[in-house]
Amino acid sequence: MTALLFGATSDIAIALAKCLAKNKYNLQLAGRDMEVMTGLKSNIEIQQQVRVSIYEFDAEKFDGHAAWYDQLLPKPDIVILVFGYLGNHQKALEDWKESKRILDTNYVGAVSILNIVANDFANRKQGVIVGISSVAGNRGRMSNYLYGSAKAGLTAYLSGLRNRLYHSGVHVLTVMPGFVRTQMTEGLKLPPLVTAEPDQVAQKIVNAIAGKRNTLYVLPIWRLIMLVIRNIPEFIFKKLKL
Amino acid sequence: MPTTTSISNWGNYPKLEAIVNSFKSIKELKYLLKTNNNFIARGNGRCYGDSSLHSHILSTTKYNNILAFDSTKGLITCQAGVSFDELIHFLVPKGFFLPVTPGTKFITVGGAVASDIHGKNHHQDGSFGRHIVVMDVLIAAGEVVTCSNQINSELFNATCGGMGLTGIILQVTFSLKRISSYEIDQVSIKAHNLEEVFKLFEEYKNATYSVAWIDCLQSGESLGRSILMVGEHSDNIQRNKFRSERKFSIPFNFPSWVLNKWSIKIFNFLFYHKLIKKKVRSRVSLDQFFYPLDFIGRWNKMYGKNGFVQYQFVLPLVQSKEGLKKILTAIGNSGSGSFLAVLKLFGEQDSGLISFPMKGYTLALDFPMRKGLFEFLDKLDALVLEHGGRIYLTKDARMKKEIFWDSYQRAKEFEKVVLHYNPNLNFRSSQSDRLAITKL
Ligand SMILES: Cc1cc2nc3c(=O)[nH]c(=O)nc-3n(C[C@H](O)[C@H](O)[C@H](O)COP(=O)(O)OP(=O)(O)OC[C@H]3O[C@@H](n4cnc5c(N)ncnc54)[C@H](O)[C@@H]3O)c2cc1C
Ligand SMILES: NC(=O)c1ccc[n+]([C@@H]2O[C@H](COP(=O)([O-])OP(=O)(O)OC[C@H]3O[C@@H](n4cnc5c(N)ncnc54)[C@H](OP(=O)(O)O)[C@@H]3O)[C@@H](O)[C@H]2O)c1
Repeated sequence: MTALLFGATSDIAIALAKCLAKNKYNLQLAGRDMEVMTGLKSNIEIQQQVRVSIYEFDAEKFDGHAAWYDQLLPKPDIVILVFGYLGNHQKALEDWKESKRILDTNYVGAVSILNIVANDFANRKQGVIVGISSVAGNRGRMSNYLYGSAKAGLTAYLSGLRNRLYHSGVHVLTVMPGFVRTQMTEGLKLPPLVTAEPDQVAQKIVNAIAGKRNTLYVLPIWRLIMLVIRNIPEFIFKKLKL
Repeated sequence: MPTTTSISNWGNYPKLEAIVNSFKSIKELKYLLKTNNNFIARGNGRCYGDSSLHSHILSTTKYNNILAFDSTKGLITCQAGVSFDELIHFLVPKGFFLPVTPGTKFITVGGAVASDIHGKNHHQDGSFGRHIVVMDVLIAAGEVVTCSNQINSELFNATCGGMGLTGIILQVTFSLKRISSYEIDQVSIKAHNLEEVFKLFEEYKNATYSVAWIDCLQSGESLGRSILMVGEHSDNIQRNKFRSERKFSIPFNFPSWVLNKWSIKIFNFLFYHKLIKKKVRSRVSLDQFFYPLDFIGRWNKMYGKNGFVQYQFVLPLVQSKEGLKKILTAIGNSGSGSFLAVLKLFGEQDSGLISFPMKGYTLALDFPMRKGLFEFLDKLDALVLEHGGRIYLTKDARMKKEIFWDSYQRAKEFEKVVLHYNPNLNFRSSQSDRLAITKL
């Protein structure tokens, strides 16, 4: 079995790669930083008896995605899309380039590559696709609605994809991590009770793949939190500073 | 938007507000080095005081890949953030062990080098630096410099034990110890006083591992009452699967009397019950032998939120007996130290310019933070200095700068090398500022 990770240099992906390797998956790591992936490849190959290959991949270079996936051998059994970009919301409000980067990385890039993977899996009538979205997409908030709206798009895309691919025997899992202590949130004061560690996220994802779950809230409390947030009437919600 | 975090090391003293950045590649690290003027590397924060603290901290824990392993030569190459815990899980089932290990496995390779750590085998195997084949250091100019005992040896000798002041240790290749079992054959021997334990250390100087627990509350005839523990890697054939784990964690701060009561009980139990005979043999796991404290997770919280200081000094062999008697008496009289201390006989000193170990006896014990503690420790410092000894920097949080400069004989030489590789003193810690190694 081979698992392909997009955004392989992220903290969550590194934890996932180690966890999958322990479960004897061969790995295909795709990301922008070859230096990081080279180190990770050695580390995993030395510690686990699995094969690891690394590939340069940029989510924003949509034009190359089809050719990129074409050359990939063997084709993976599991694809996990991990890349994402929180960006600087304040800056993005004034700088279209930053806005576009947030949308392109979290949504357009994801759709671009997953369309291609989905067609392959649909043809082969097998496989699992995992997308890491975010609870930020469950309701737009003033502090991060650019990122949030892109993730909302991704969540809707994954749910549609799950519906479509169900009929071809392909499973799609949507992951809602909640807060995770990673590079993305470095320096932020995260409330410990609702914050997960990357290793924990990885283990839950691997379990959810085995259990064919549809949507995974890494810490179940987040399902509740988002239920509350979604149910605040709009006329109140709009007055809050969230 | 750099945000600061409140951060402290194992002693929970001092606490600082700092920006903490991690890195996964040299590229990222070089980029970070351009964002600020002052940095100190930090591994797992298992030093006790302020050695890895400053306003801007570079956390190495995500630079943590094992890069190569050669089982025929018994060599491993890893990035500085790899933890001993991970290495043990990897190495032990393959028949290897760390060449030198401290009393906790939750440290990083970079920290092991920067403190030039010692273990219970120091009298045989020296400190960690002795086992390094080669390492890479990122110096202030942004260059990666490879060094070893042969190449760029001045950088090598200033980096082993150099407390992060020469630059960021990136990767290290070191040699491993071959073992054939997951267990240690241990002998525990009662000593009724200091004379006796000194004799025992001499008698067992060919043992691979040796260390003594010493009861600090004794005086007069029983001053230095202790239990010496010596160990050898067992050679019984191993059938079971290797397991190594953490037991439980102290989640919040305990009042400090709990720890003292607890350790007194354990010691007295061992001394009067388990060790009815003078000498007892047993076979224990690697974890039990090397990392007994790791079983209790974050035991440092037991000292309460004000934290504690660990005080570790070494005295030259000829001065050890007289000096220890005076210091143990002073500690006993003060009634403020931890009940238990760890005593060990070091072997020859290695080449690190400000490495701690020297041939002689070292003693380590905890002091819960209280009013008047620093004044008392200043007095101990004077005794240590008077007997030609010095204080372990990785445990220190409060030493006065004069003590450092007077006790580390090669400090000036060290300063020169630091100024060569770190000319603008970009790498500096609260400790190096306090000790005026990096003058403001
Ligand atoms: C329970 C316990 C028992 C211990 N027993 C022993 C013992 O028996 N013998 C012994 O020698 N020590 C012992 N220690 C101390 C410990 O081994 C050292 O403090 C060690 O350096 C901690 O490593 P760390 O990775 O946590 O580094 P930190 O504590 O984060 O840093 C320690 C020093 O290393 C520097 N450093 C860390 N990484 C790098 C890097 N990549 N490049 C440059 N500099 C770096 C830091 O700047 C700092 O000066 C013990 C500590 C504890 C908590
Ligand atoms: N951390 C959280 O609290 C949290 C919460 C909810 C959801 N998430 C989601 O979890 C996922 C993983 O993030 P993380 O927390 O592990 O943070 P991270 O370590 O910062 O990971 C983000 C990753 O995305 C990659 N990336 C960004 N733009 C890319 C591009 N154009 N092409 C390819 N890769 C690109 C980055 O690669 P480089 O290394 O090359 O920069 C990086 O590896 C993201 O989708 C994130 O949105 C995180």
